[in-house]
Amino acid sequence: MYLSTVERPRKLGWKGLSGNVFALGTVSLITDVSSEMVTAVLPLYLVVGLGLSPAAYGVIDGVYTGATTLLRLVGGYLADKTDRRKAVAGTGYALSAVAKLGLLIAGTSTALLGAAITIDRAGKGLRTAPRDALITLSTPSGDLGRAFGVHRAMDGVGAFLGPLVALAVLAAAADSFDAVFVASFCVAAMGVVVLAMFVRDHRSTLPAREPVRVKEIGTLLRDSRVRRLVIAAAVLGLATIGDGFVYLLLQKREGLTIGWFPLLAVGTSLVYLLLAAPLGALADKIGRLPVMLAGYVALATAYLLIHSPLDGIPLHLAVLALYGTFYATTDGVLMALAGPALPERLRTTGIALIQSGQALAYLGSSVLFGLAWKYFGPETATRLAAAGVATALVTTAYLLGRRR
Amino acid sequence: MNTRILVTATAAVLLGGVAVGYTALSATPDTDDVATAPSTGGDRVQILTNGRLSSVDRTDPTGPRNVTEQRCDRAYEAAGTISCLRPVGALKAGELAVLDKDLKERRTIPLTGFPNRTRVSASGRMIGWTLFVDGHSYAANGFSTSTGILDTKTGTTVMSLEEFTAYVDDKPYQASDVNFWGVTFTADDNRFYATMSTNGHRYLVEGDFAARTIRTLIDNVECPSLSPDGTRIAYKAANNGDPQQGWRLSTMDLKTKTITPLPETRSVDDQPAWLDDDTVAYALQESDGTNNTWTVPATPEGTPTLYIPNANSPSP
Repeated sequence: MYLSTVERPRKLGWKGLSGNVFALGTVSLITDVSSEMVTAVLPLYLVVGLGLSPAAYGVIDGVYTGATTLLRLVGGYLADKTDRRKAVAGTGYALSAVAKLGLLIAGTSTALLGAAITIDRAGKGLRTAPRDALITLSTPSGDLGRAFGVHRAMDGVGAFLGPLVALAVLAAAADSFDAVFVASFCVAAMGVVVLAMFVRDHRSTLPAREPVRVKEIGTLLRDSRVRRLVIAAAVLGLATIGDGFVYLLLQKREGLTIGWFPLLAVGTSLVYLLLAAPLGALADKIGRLPVMLAGYVALATAYLLIHSPLDGIPLHLAVLALYGTFYATTDGVLMALAGPALPERLRTTGIALIQSGQALAYLGSSVLFGLAWKYFGPETATRLAAAGVATALVTTAYLLGRRR
Repeated sequence: MNTRILVTATAAVLLGGVAVGYTALSATPDTDDVATAPSTGGDRVQILTNGRLSSVDRTDPTGPRNVTEQRCDRAYEAAGTISCLRPVGALKAGELAVLDKDLKERRTIPLTGFPNRTRVSASGRMIGWTLFVDGHSYAANGFSTSTGILDTKTGTTVMSLEEFTAYVDDKPYQASDVNFWGVTFTADDNRFYATMSTNGHRYLVEGDFAARTIRTLIDNVECPSLSPDGTRIAYKAANNGDPQQGWRLSTMDLKTKTITPLPETRSVDDQPAWLDDDTVAYALQESDGTNNTWTVPATPEGTPTLYIPNANSPSP
């Protein structure tokens, strides 16, 4: 473990975390309620509400992810260059809020719906890196696992509540999707207010600092520690085949009705939010790498279980538990691993770089998995995916286990 | 600190008010004039109006419309049997509801997927349905259908035609990519026609419900619909054999295999319905999402006519 976890002088409790982490966690919680509300009803809205064919839905769903990856880098770079991480993150949160109203206005126009969804994802792209940079800048390096754990747990609470709130709104509004979008906008706007009021920006402490230049991204990549982190993140992305696929596989195997779809996501986020903070703290204690590698084991097991003798409710519970554990052991922990390895003035850019690598690889893995599913069938495809995870485990252990 | 809390609290009250207010307003029931029972007088065409079971007078299709409260995504009626594929909701799964002519529910079958097609045999005995199963189509153009048949007289239910023994060119055939859609029944209430897609082909198949067999007849036929005299099918033929290029409504003589492209040049993605031996009806979705029901003569010449505005799922 190359991180300086051993030199931590005293044990900070949960209270030792800065108020900024909790403020950012609250913003994420509120925003995730909003975005998961929409995510939960969007497939239903597009296919049932608007009568789009499944193919048209697939296009809307898939096409817009690539652009946001680039925006992550733009967001990270802008935040470092202007030294205004809060402002850049705030813009991202605001864009996503406005996008919810866009869904309302778009009506049945596929092009406008696509635009609204793109704006929403662009907002997410912009805000993620500055937010994570603010967390690292507000936390001593020995407590990063705990800090990210707490943040991701709060985020998870939002993701958990979102679909439930959406279902409640639908029930109260006589299945009116409009009401879900309006409510989602109001919740997202509240998140922006909390960010503006309670999150403190972490401006650089150095008085006369060099302006950050684009070519410094290259410098960042020449640092072998950063490079290894980016590659490890990409490998992580490649090993993950996409929640939708996992839920679809469960649905296919067990003949679940469509209404259960959102609940599968709820189950995963429940496990995630319960485990994120304790596993983050565990990572601070025993090392972040072993915890992350254990996450890969959980993921591979989940993939293998989907086509195993296990079936029915035990299968669902086991897969969702392992899947949630995987997220809890990798999502925040990777950021906690990365933070201290990045120079402070380029930290947001570096975080964006790592997240982009992961997101791009994730996109690729979804396409590959789709093809494997088509040509070899779901059983072989999930086994190939499990083998991919095992490879990722070995690669990550090799890349990040080296001392320099 | 006080200012921050005050601003946040004010925002919470305002935004919360908007959200709750909008939701409450959305719950106000529609004030459309709704009939409680279907009108039975005269010769009527059953349709769906904004997802509600409705009917109009055959001779005055744009005249007064009887709209019931019964919601369906797809519907069909024959000899007093109404097949209604009920919508999937956020909180509920879909189902097939078999209704009698007074909209009394005779039975329901829970179904998984998004309603796509349904037909009732001329006698009212057999019901076929098709659903899209992968609403979440993650693999680009991949989709999966599930097509079933109910014999309302015996209660025999086949949840998926994939259970039947299939023959391609008279040879037994098995493949994992088989999908069926668009059932239409013959007058004997046993045989039926449908589309079977596999390995890039979309075959017209003839099925035998009692023998549980399916045989391919000819390629590039989707959503067949048998004419009242039982001699021809109306169907959608993929342009140049490629569904990506849209479909041309056509008829085919089942004996001679003569294909007649109908004088409707727009791409029609619907299972056509015969109003009589000379006229085919179908729904077309406008760019704003409105459905209109059109008719076209079942001949090479003629012009399509807007038959019933704001209506789909026509059944004679």
